[in-house]
Amino acid sequence: MKVRLATVWFGGCSGCHMSFLDLDEFLIDLAEKIELVYSPVVDTKEYPEGVDVCLIEGAICNEDNLELLQKIRQRTRVLVSFGDCAVTGNVPAIRNQLGLGNEESVLQRAYIENAQHNPSLPREDGIVPPLLPRVMPVHEVVHVEHYLPGCPPPAERIKALVSQMLSGVEPKLEGAALKFG
Amino acid sequence: MAAKTLTIDGKPISAEEGATILQASEEAGAKIPTLCHLDGVYDVGACRLCLVEVTGVPKLLPACTTTVAEGMDVKTDSERLRRYRRMILELLFAERNHVCAVCVSNGHCELQTLAYNHGMDHVRYDYLFPKWGVDNTHPLFGMDHNRCILCTRCVRVCWHIEGAGTKNVSGRGAQARIITDLNIPWGESDSCTRCGKCVQACPTGALSHKGSTVGEMERDRGKLEFIVLAREKKQWVTAD
Repeated sequence: MKVRLATVWFGGCSGCHMSFLDLDEFLIDLAEKIELVYSPVVDTKEYPEGVDVCLIEGAICNEDNLELLQKIRQRTRVLVSFGDCAVTGNVPAIRNQLGLGNEESVLQRAYIENAQHNPSLPREDGIVPPLLPRVMPVHEVVHVEHYLPGCPPPAERIKALVSQMLSGVEPKLEGAALKFG
Repeated sequence: MAAKTLTIDGKPISAEEGATILQASEEAGAKIPTLCHLDGVYDVGACRLCLVEVTGVPKLLPACTTTVAEGMDVKTDSERLRRYRRMILELLFAERNHVCAVCVSNGHCELQTLAYNHGMDHVRYDYLFPKWGVDNTHPLFGMDHNRCILCTRCVRVCWHIEGAGTKNVSGRGAQARIITDLNIPWGESDSCTRCGKCVQACPTGALSHKGSTVGEMERDRGKLEFIVLAREKKQWVTAD
């Protein structure tokens, strides 16, 4: 039976997913062993039940991220923090240095002060999710089984970890395969 | 000077009286991880990474500031030491804003290297995300307090090798920080000779040459050792 794999994109630049696509021909080998049940690159709206592995890109920045992450934890056997934003908070978490309650000031800075046209705050109930008071790495919210740091982790490193997991080996990155930034 | 005999990782060693465990361990071939230690300047035991076990002593001792004693039995590597060393590294990462992805020293950083060697694939403690500034007032160098681990290497090279005494430490605990003179912008300092030894000494991306961007900051520690060796032993030996 194929491994049910999901990938999700939270507060990150999508670079980790680009790196995943950089797996090139390994993606073809991978397609024989996995079924991609949820991902920014497939058109599934609802995170399904009974997922084996989920690669999580990005830090937890807004209420949508938080809600979906909790759902993912309930419905997934193994979570992998995929890339520096998920593992450390990285660049999205720089706003934490402004202290709690910085949501208004960062939006103000981005959408009003630095706007060249139509300065206005993006606000639409039910569509634009409110920012959390503090950006969090994934493991601060839910238990995470494995960590794959890197900004982004190069395809080789993704391949190493995914291959270990598929062959039933306890995944472990060490030596040159363990690197932040 | 009298010699002391001791055991390091089960290996009998003789070391000069007054030598540190760190110096003696080199002879034993034991590689103790260090961070605040810098060849050429005196040790202060700031980072605690070189902690070792000494039989009969209940607490762990820093190898860089503990001198050898007759009959000492030292262990430089154990499950317990590795656990503490990883903990220390994680706390260093959690205490300030070490955002590796946007750091001048990314890929050439001693803190990163030690973290990898100790299998640190994430930090278990909550990051503090303190608010620290960057001092870019100096014409040649920049100081990013977000990336400072307070090893005080810059202070020691500034006082001990250059003799300028520009760099100092102010404050205590997590609030401690490196200051210039009596806490003035670096660019306004009259005592700074612009020698750049502090920049050569820094293990992280806290001190850098202006104009360097992500991953560009590489240092040549050999220069510091060269100066000290030449001055103290009159030996003009380069590292390579």
